[in-house]
Amino acid sequence: MSFTKEKLLYAYTTMKKIRLFEEKVYELFTEGQMPGFAHLYAGEEAMATGVCAHLTEKDFITSTHRGHGHCIAKGADIKLMMAELYGKSTGLCKGKGGSMHIADMDIGMLGANGIVGAGGPLACGAGLMAKTLGTGQVTICFFGDGACEQGTMHEAMNLACSWNLPVVFVCENNGFAESTPFGYHCAAKNISDRAVAYDMPGITVDGSDFFSVYEAAEQAIGRARRGDGPSLIECLGFRYYGHFIGDPMIYVTEEDQQRNRARDPIETFKKRVLEHELLSEEEMSEIDGKLVADIEEAVEFGRESPLPDIKEVLTDVYVNYP
Amino acid sequence: MTARKKTFRGAINEALRLEMRRDPTVIIFGEDVAGGATLPHMEGENREAWGGVEGVTKGLAPEFGRNRVLDTPISESAIIGTAVGAATTGLRPVAEMMFIDFLGVCFDQIYNQGAKMRYMFGGKAQVPMVIRSMIGAGTGAAAQHSGSHYSIFAHVPGLKTVVPSTPYDAKGLLISAIRDNDPVMFFEHKVLYDMEGEVPEDDYTIPLGVADVKREGKDATIVTLGRMVHFSLEAAEKLAIDGLEIEVVDLRSLSPMDESAILESVTKTHRLVVVDEDNPRCSLATDVIALVADQAFDYLDAPCKMITAPHTPVPFSPGLENAYIPSVDRIVSTVKSLIG
Repeated sequence: MSFTKEKLLYAYTTMKKIRLFEEKVYELFTEGQMPGFAHLYAGEEAMATGVCAHLTEKDFITSTHRGHGHCIAKGADIKLMMAELYGKSTGLCKGKGGSMHIADMDIGMLGANGIVGAGGPLACGAGLMAKTLGTGQVTICFFGDGACEQGTMHEAMNLACSWNLPVVFVCENNGFAESTPFGYHCAAKNISDRAVAYDMPGITVDGSDFFSVYEAAEQAIGRARRGDGPSLIECLGFRYYGHFIGDPMIYVTEEDQQRNRARDPIETFKKRVLEHELLSEEEMSEIDGKLVADIEEAVEFGRESPLPDIKEVLTDVYVNYP
Repeated sequence: MTARKKTFRGAINEALRLEMRRDPTVIIFGEDVAGGATLPHMEGENREAWGGVEGVTKGLAPEFGRNRVLDTPISESAIIGTAVGAATTGLRPVAEMMFIDFLGVCFDQIYNQGAKMRYMFGGKAQVPMVIRSMIGAGTGAAAQHSGSHYSIFAHVPGLKTVVPSTPYDAKGLLISAIRDNDPVMFFEHKVLYDMEGEVPEDDYTIPLGVADVKREGKDATIVTLGRMVHFSLEAAEKLAIDGLEIEVVDLRSLSPMDESAILESVTKTHRLVVVDEDNPRCSLATDVIALVADQAFDYLDAPCKMITAPHTPVPFSPGLENAYIPSVDRIVSTVKSLIG
């Protein structure tokens, strides 16, 4: 594998941006400054980043309830994201979606989703569009290990493979369906083994390692773009913050927590690029400094933006309703 | 425009065909919509194959090819979710869900995904899809293949719900539905498929949310749609023998609903009967009566009456099924009781 400097900078910047964003959101929610509730992506940064590194703004992704990371990796503006989380009129969805339905249609981010496993069929739809019109666009369906047990995911994988759609299924296996451990909710040892049932390639990779995810995604997305059909990538990883903010995570042992911290995706990446002298400590700390300022700016923007006009409750239900 | 006789089935087929010719982003998919078409051993007289279990999409696969007329696996959630995803990204899919009862399998993709997407995303998405599905009792298909259930969809913000009653309306409403930028549920009564009527050859549209007065009268208003339009017209014919002039308002769409047509008719006739093949709780019938009670109460000379299916599933045994479906006799006697 060889990497352009640009790609490595993208990788580091994106992962760090997700981490800082999520840490800030955690802080704001915990302080009661933000309404509703949120599911944080911290710990899984290498997965969205390694996959989206191969996409352009024209490609599509479907996301999950844990969607901030996908949104950032796909290229959404964090100011508009933060405003959305604050429920402000300047938000990506004018404050009507919130954390769980955040979307950015302009860059092919087809929405976080409050329904586990619902993104599979939607990804098939975007894939069908690209195939029918011959646009060359690829669609990534991100889903969690919990979603693997939804019928929709089986239906979607079967349909995508039957119709040879340009869709890549990326399972982010963080080990828990809410609080239920993988071994209790999934009858398979590896989710990637299920690819066999649909006659597509399946692979399990270390989801904490950007380079492993990147390489697997390169193969799968290349295959989809060539018209050779779907693939399934299972990324093994963990999340730092529990299912939602406020989840005390009593179901994760201290031992597991320690093991997770030891394989932190950003630290793993840094170690690798420093070892191989691909990026320098200075370059990365410069990025850190800029990102901290960007996050503060985003918070400021979100906080200061106006709330939606009350009349907005009635708009955007239909394009036209006589 | 030349009009000629077409069946209800043929009118829908023609609407699909014309829209697919006009717009390359219109595609159709569902269980058996091609149904064997284009298979090598199905040439000659079998060339058009099944074209759906009721033959509504017959001939479309040979004309437009398998890339635009797609047989799906029996995966209802995948069918509807694919339609939603395709619609938000640039196609105008027409998905077929064989029976309305099957929509229970994939309700999430309709009401959490397709219907809510535009709102959740602050108006930045549109979902121009049509879901066609069969409704109605009368063929002995029993509880899981005979429901009407359209009120469930009319209840959901973000969806439009259309129920045509004639071949002419079916064609014009379906063309409008396909061109519409919102998700439209389009329900076809299976007993009407063989019904014939005048249908112009060319394309034409009937706006969604505009009722049609199928018969004018001054003594009572019947508000209805779908197959019940024909039962109501038959009842009106019988009542005419007694000198009663009954107005039959065919709503054609439940959502949007043509409230002004209902109010206009009731303020003229002062009596209202709603005839609805769906179950009665929180239904088209209760909705129309609530509207009139709220906005035309002072014009009423008699209580509003609803004639609906009972609060039961559709039974199998022919006698029971007949008892389930609102009858012409019930309509006649109910209207008479109001005029007395």
